[in-house]
Amino acid sequence: MLVRLARAHLRPHRRSISLIVLLQLIQTLATLYLPTLNADIIDNGVVKGDTGYIFRIGGFMTAVTLLQIVCAVGAVYFGARTAMALGRDIRAAVFDRVQSFSAREVGTFGAPSLITRTTNDVQQVQMLVLMTFTMMVSAPIMCVGGVVMALNQDVPLSGLLLVIVPVLGILVSLIVRRMRPLFRGVQERIDTVNRVLREQIAGIRVIRAFVRDTHERERFAGANTDLYDVSVRAGRLMSMMFPLVMLIVNLSSVAVVWFGGLRIDSGSMQIGALTAFLSYLMYILMSIMMATFMVMMLPRAEVCAERVQEVLTTDSSVAPAENPVTELRRRGELELRNVEFRFPGAEQPVLKDISLTALPGETTAVIGSTGSGKSTLLGLVPRLFDATGGTVLVDGEDVRTLDQETLAGAIGLVPQKPYLFSGTVATNLRYGNPDATDEELWQALETAQARDFVERMDGGLDAAIAQGGTNVSGGQRQRLAIARALVRRPEIYLFDDSFSALDYATDAALRAALGRETDRATVVIVAQRVSTIRGADRIVVLDEGRVVGTGTHSELMADNETYREIVLSQLTEQEAA
Amino acid sequence: MTTADKGAAARAETPAATEETPQAAPRRGPAPAAGPARFMGGQPAEKSMDFKGSGKRLLAQMRPERGIISVALVLGVLSVALTVIGPKVLGHATDLIMSGIVGRKLPEGITKAQAAAQLRAHGQGGLADMLGAMPVVPGQGIDFDAVGVVLLWVTLIYAGSSLFGFVQARIATRVVQRAVYRMREQVEEKLARLPLSYFDKQQRGEVLSRATNDIDNIQQTLQQTLSQIVASLLTIVGVLAMMFWISWLLALVALITVPVSVVVATKVGKRAQPQFVQQWKTTGKLNAHIEEMYTGHSLVKVFGRQRESAELFREQNEALYAAGFKAQFISGIIQPAMMFIGNLNYVLVAVVGGLRVASGALSIGDVQAFIQYSRQFSQPLTQVASMANLVQSGVASAERVFELLDADEQEPDPEHAERPEEVRGRVEFEDVSFSYTPDKPLIENLSLAVHPGQTVAIVGPTGAGKTTLVNLLMRFYEVGGGRITLDGTDIAAMSREELRANIGMVLQDTWLFGGTIAENIAYGAPSGTSLDKIVEAARATHVDRFVRTLPDGYDTVIDEEGGNVSVGEKQLITIARAFLAEPAILVLDEATSSVDTRTEVLIQQAMAQLRAGRTSFVIAHRLSTIRDADTILVMENGSIVEQGSHDALLAANGAYARLYAAQFAEAVAETG
Repeated sequence: MLVRLARAHLRPHRRSISLIVLLQLIQTLATLYLPTLNADIIDNGVVKGDTGYIFRIGGFMTAVTLLQIVCAVGAVYFGARTAMALGRDIRAAVFDRVQSFSAREVGTFGAPSLITRTTNDVQQVQMLVLMTFTMMVSAPIMCVGGVVMALNQDVPLSGLLLVIVPVLGILVSLIVRRMRPLFRGVQERIDTVNRVLREQIAGIRVIRAFVRDTHERERFAGANTDLYDVSVRAGRLMSMMFPLVMLIVNLSSVAVVWFGGLRIDSGSMQIGALTAFLSYLMYILMSIMMATFMVMMLPRAEVCAERVQEVLTTDSSVAPAENPVTELRRRGELELRNVEFRFPGAEQPVLKDISLTALPGETTAVIGSTGSGKSTLLGLVPRLFDATGGTVLVDGEDVRTLDQETLAGAIGLVPQKPYLFSGTVATNLRYGNPDATDEELWQALETAQARDFVERMDGGLDAAIAQGGTNVSGGQRQRLAIARALVRRPEIYLFDDSFSALDYATDAALRAALGRETDRATVVIVAQRVSTIRGADRIVVLDEGRVVGTGTHSELMADNETYREIVLSQLTEQEAA
Repeated sequence: MTTADKGAAARAETPAATEETPQAAPRRGPAPAAGPARFMGGQPAEKSMDFKGSGKRLLAQMRPERGIISVALVLGVLSVALTVIGPKVLGHATDLIMSGIVGRKLPEGITKAQAAAQLRAHGQGGLADMLGAMPVVPGQGIDFDAVGVVLLWVTLIYAGSSLFGFVQARIATRVVQRAVYRMREQVEEKLARLPLSYFDKQQRGEVLSRATNDIDNIQQTLQQTLSQIVASLLTIVGVLAMMFWISWLLALVALITVPVSVVVATKVGKRAQPQFVQQWKTTGKLNAHIEEMYTGHSLVKVFGRQRESAELFREQNEALYAAGFKAQFISGIIQPAMMFIGNLNYVLVAVVGGLRVASGALSIGDVQAFIQYSRQFSQPLTQVASMANLVQSGVASAERVFELLDADEQEPDPEHAERPEEVRGRVEFEDVSFSYTPDKPLIENLSLAVHPGQTVAIVGPTGAGKTTLVNLLMRFYEVGGGRITLDGTDIAAMSREELRANIGMVLQDTWLFGGTIAENIAYGAPSGTSLDKIVEAARATHVDRFVRTLPDGYDTVIDEEGGNVSVGEKQLITIARAFLAEPAILVLDEATSSVDTRTEVLIQQAMAQLRAGRTSFVIAHRLSTIRDADTILVMENGSIVEQGSHDALLAANGAYARLYAAQFAEAVAETG
């Protein structure tokens, strides 16, 4: 998963990557060359007592060292650049993908999880790639180079490598293989412990109210003990690793001195080669260690890559039209034909066989109990969801064939949870219509019964709004969200229970003003308060996802049991009559 | 999300390399592996207030293990000492080989001095000088018996070093894990003893961050430093000693690199720091934009703003790329720079060493040993430097955890808790006063008697003290004056558990834990409640119908990110939970405010059954929902201004009548 993700996004950087490999190659070779030069100093300078030679080779060694740092810094430069670009590209890909999602995919992943995946998870992958470029690339080079240089020093003595390298390789891979699942386990258990703690803090009142302290204590102790057990097991393997590798490395140098001594004795090798050989042995073994270390970092990055990949491979259930219609008659006719909506694999659909028509100049209201699918129904129009059966038509065109922006241009939605963006009152109001004048903004505010409080706010239209709109009250937020939709001047207004946080007087005044403002538009209102919708031209009663009645208030009062039940639950019989 | 954190053990024990080449994962700026919580702001503090005190206290956490720690220390010293001696002894073997080569070239039977004289006579003065430092026996080849003995010793030394190192590391792992285990336990127990007021004053995210991120950070720090810092320091001292023993001149040459390394590291580090700040700043900005766009996802879509949103994202993403690149590049230079210095040192030692050998002041074996030492020397130095940062951040985290552990606790339950003989549900408030903050009295001299089985509805504007009343009854807060009794027993004399076990509660903030819907409903019920009973409760509270529209039905897992379950539906689940718990007293705290009125009526019918024989307190905004209450309390500014039945209160034409009129005037007007 990690490899696939990285490979796909590294393709544009092929050139930089080849350059990194080249620089790392030179850098590593320079490093590897040093022990050979050192051997040269010993054999030709020290043993022969040639001080001038020592200085000459010493100077040459300095030059090699300089070359080495230039290449190393170059490798870091391109490595950092490529890794960061990779991070940027993956982030962009995830962001674009999420933007294409329908509300259903966003709901399934959850916004917080998507945020983590776009930021933190990508960051993890990016760091791993960076480490690979700056450290990992040189490991195989160093390993191969070390072997070549060792052979260059003395071929028969290099035979030792045939024993040492496999032994170390096998031991390390055995440990790593056992360690990887343990690391994954540690990660998962830390998550569990933290999740339990988070729940305990968030739910502290409920836990205390239901006297579940002991139960929670046990739940936590279980998670904590699990974490301890796995951590200790991972730690034990870990503590074995380093001494073991060191032992092999050190015993190898003993073997080198012994067999090297025999070779020197027989006159087939020089003494300087012994010291050089020891150094190369170290380099080879170190490169194996490095590789090991990277392998241990992998599990976490892998999990992250999987989570990122999961987003990237999820297709939006709202596919954009292939040859989108970009022109609408712009009259605002809305029709639902035998619409059904069902979550994948659900026993019962949320909406079933819904047919209704909403015409310009009319107000259509939808009423029903919680979970009756009212909000889902509204979401089908701007394609926050796509119906799983039937068709939704705007001005006679199936919404699935429309260009997303064209469709959006015809609709003004006021969501159930009125979300405001950080910025000012004005930037929020202009969200759907950046060209609106201040005058138009004030007019919309007036209609939405928001003029008074905006005037009182510090800065008026330029008053700051916090993220989510948390610095204004729920009722104010709702009115600003309504004004935002009005500024857009769409043909179709969708109000999703948008008046619930208003007191009755404001609600009434707002609806009166709204009636004047939207008299030529198509208005669809979802509401729970009967008083909000009783004046509607058409009321659609939803129950358990089906339409159980359509008509005016008085018609429904006369012949619809469900509607009467709803009304009676809110008004006394007399008041309702 | 995998919140938490860190390749944990992945960086647990940085494999300390013997060579200067691969420094194991130096920390580049703020920990790259951080949980989202940390990412989004709950970052552990960087600087601590009382470094010494908190550091000591952190170490004290390991006191129960002190016996085993001293064993580990001794083993550590032994291991390091053996590791340090190794190269010197191995160097001796090289010397024996070298002597053999030189010795064989010389005629047999002469002394070293004679051999030197002979060499000089042949114009090989340099070689003659070297003889002085070597155990050369002229005429004799390599003494493999002697070499064998030396190598055997080296083998034993290295084996011992590894063995001790292994045992030491194993012990250290256990010590650290135990200490962290205990800390987690302490924190969790502490959370259970803290009064609710603590959570009101502190932001939840903040408390959570201490309990999770900070403890994770401590674990990381201890794991990475505890055994290594000791080993590194010992190695530095040991290696330095050996270097001086071999050749003080070479040792001084090697020492020059120490200040150079330090200067380079700090200089580059200083330049990298602002880049990291910039990187985290742009990260924060990008994060904020992403957060807004994802949270307001449908709005972006419906208002056709995807293009603008993508444009802004691209800009910020580009800025993050630029800042991140600079930070990583500059900090990435440190390592090659260190390598460069190390290599320069290597060259210097080779040259100077070569000259010294040539002049006979040093043996070849010693130079070889010295080269090995100088490499072992730079390694722990860099490690100690990087650990200093880690320790700083770890102690800062420890301090935050200790702050939490030191917070004031709620009064413990009385030792001999009283309990009512029989809980029938009679609740009396006698002259109760209470305030959240001393200077703002909220409830003053409130008295109220509720008979068993009665339903009490509490209405009034926000901040009137409706929820407070319930908080006092549940003893989430303790009364400031007066007392509350349950069937004649002062609730302050009862244990909190005993009291709360009799009260079922549905709270304003719906709380569901990460588990299935069935598990959440069964939360308050005794364990082993059958699914049938759960479904029964779900049906009675209208949970059943929407559960059946979910793909996994009752096995649908609810997590914090909550997918398919709406706020209103979550509320219904918490109602089902209280329904199943069957308590003597019921508290509904504005519980049904996001449920539509029709569902609410249905729930009320179910609740009416449940309420039979139970005392109930209902707090609600909508007057329509409380009309059938036995008593309605109208609260304003912490006191009860009116009390009576719906009809009586309407007739009295007071505060309640005004509230009622405000809600229905408009509806009536339209009807008329």
